[in-house]
Amino acid sequence: MVPGVLFSSSLITVLTTVGIVLVLLTETVAFFGEVSIIEFITSDRWTPQFADKHFGILPLLVGTMMITVIASLVALPIGLATAIYLSEYAPERVRKVVKPILEVLAGVPTIVYGYFALTFVTPLIRSLIPETSIYNALSASIVVGIMILPMVASLSEDAMLAVPRKLRDGAFALGATRFEVALKVVVPAALSGIIASFVLALSRAIGETMIVTIAAGALAQVTFNPLESVQTMTAFIVNISLGDVEPGSIESKSIFAVGMTLFVLTLTLNLIAQFISRRYKEEY
Amino acid sequence: MTKLRKIKDVFFKWLFFAATAFGMLSLVVLVVDILYQGLPRLSWEFITNFPSFNPDKAGIKAAILGSVWVIGLTAPMALFLGVATALYLEEYAKKNWFTRLIQTNISNLAGVPSIIYGILGLALFVRAMKLGPSILAGAFTMALLVLPIVVVAAQEAIRAVPQTLRHGAYALGASKWQTIRGIVLPSAAPGILTGMILSLSRAIGETAPLVVVGAFVFVRFAPTDPLDKFTVLPIQIYSWVSQPKAAFHELAASGIIVLLIVLLLMNATAVLLRNKYQKRF
Repeated sequence: MVPGVLFSSSLITVLTTVGIVLVLLTETVAFFGEVSIIEFITSDRWTPQFADKHFGILPLLVGTMMITVIASLVALPIGLATAIYLSEYAPERVRKVVKPILEVLAGVPTIVYGYFALTFVTPLIRSLIPETSIYNALSASIVVGIMILPMVASLSEDAMLAVPRKLRDGAFALGATRFEVALKVVVPAALSGIIASFVLALSRAIGETMIVTIAAGALAQVTFNPLESVQTMTAFIVNISLGDVEPGSIESKSIFAVGMTLFVLTLTLNLIAQFISRRYKEEY
Repeated sequence: MTKLRKIKDVFFKWLFFAATAFGMLSLVVLVVDILYQGLPRLSWEFITNFPSFNPDKAGIKAAILGSVWVIGLTAPMALFLGVATALYLEEYAKKNWFTRLIQTNISNLAGVPSIIYGILGLALFVRAMKLGPSILAGAFTMALLVLPIVVVAAQEAIRAVPQTLRHGAYALGASKWQTIRGIVLPSAAPGILTGMILSLSRAIGETAPLVVVGAFVFVRFAPTDPLDKFTVLPIQIYSWVSQPKAAFHELAASGIIVLLIVLLLMNATAVLLRNKYQKRF
């Protein structure tokens, strides 16, 4: 009897995935019963809450991509540099201080980061560039970058720590400097793990919700100016949920269609990350 | 040539150090900013008052009670399902495609954005099961959200129990279940508990999935029933952040201080547990 109970419990995790897929699929199919899939892909206007309704996903995708790209510009180089410092340079007592602080940074709830973006980073940007909107993509994406930084740093560092000492010693014996060892021996040897950490970080940035809802605003528009307000897919879902949504209304169905897009995008990235770290793993 | 290489070496050493310092510095600035904004309004009344449109009388009582209710219901569900799944995978499952499927699926679930769990909760618990935007619907959603984390932590704890202990129990004539209950689970308990606390601290800070489930409401009463409407601390903070008035932003910062103190206490407990009971076999 015990194995039966345990086995059934383990099925819950499988059923969760099945549930997510079924829920997203049925409501998305219902959504496309009312909105043409051509409009969803090609229209550049997203106005489900207006009288003149348009359902082009492009503005939400552009908003999400802009946040993700700028956040990556912050998190990937700084995260990788932090990982190199921790694994190649830092003395043990520095590591002992830095690692727990990074863990704390990774554990800060996103609502706290959202507050920080709106009340600290945004005023800072506006004092430098006065024409910046109160709600802007730049502030949100810098803070999303800070949020995903610890993940990049710790996963990349794990990959570098797995590179055997022998390889470093060989390079040192040939007269390489510490920097040359890090850049030409350790980073290439750990590359699959580093890239996997990058891809996972992108996926996290795409799925991030509260920072962008609070700091980037709710204006779904196709813009490439980070000083303007944008709406991401996640922020749209939150914004609709804040109001009273009638089940069965087109607004309600639209959050499932957007959720489906988000789910497929992040799942693809997660699978790519798994594939990279498995397929290109260097075995020593 | 050699000199240039040396200069480069020193330059990049400091560059990498600066990058590391950036992360540390961000945390310091964030904490100082929040303490500076939030401390003035932090008082006993702030903890014991219900929310109000008057910032001087507003408090987080309803939000704290809501969070306690949700976490109180989430914890037993996630603990039971998480440990049962981990026991199945580690002690019973045969190495076949279905076991691999369950395992791969768990690691994929851990990467699903939390707002997607909110959408699942909305469709399944709020609408299909007709629970409405209730504490129970929120707790079910949260239990599914943290389940992958609990399973992975429990698996690691169970795997760390050495085979020799199991063999000793079998040699004394214990059955498989007796061995698990009497030997494996007690040895793995500190590890499981640590993972449990960490996953609940994740759940306490989650905002988005519960907004989607419908917890963004003005609650001026203490919930008494799992089917009551509710709000939680992060959502109360969010509703203050989204107000234009500066006084509400200060309230949000005060709320954040309370949230961070709770998380700090939980994490400290987890670390203490880990250090105290970490057995070396």
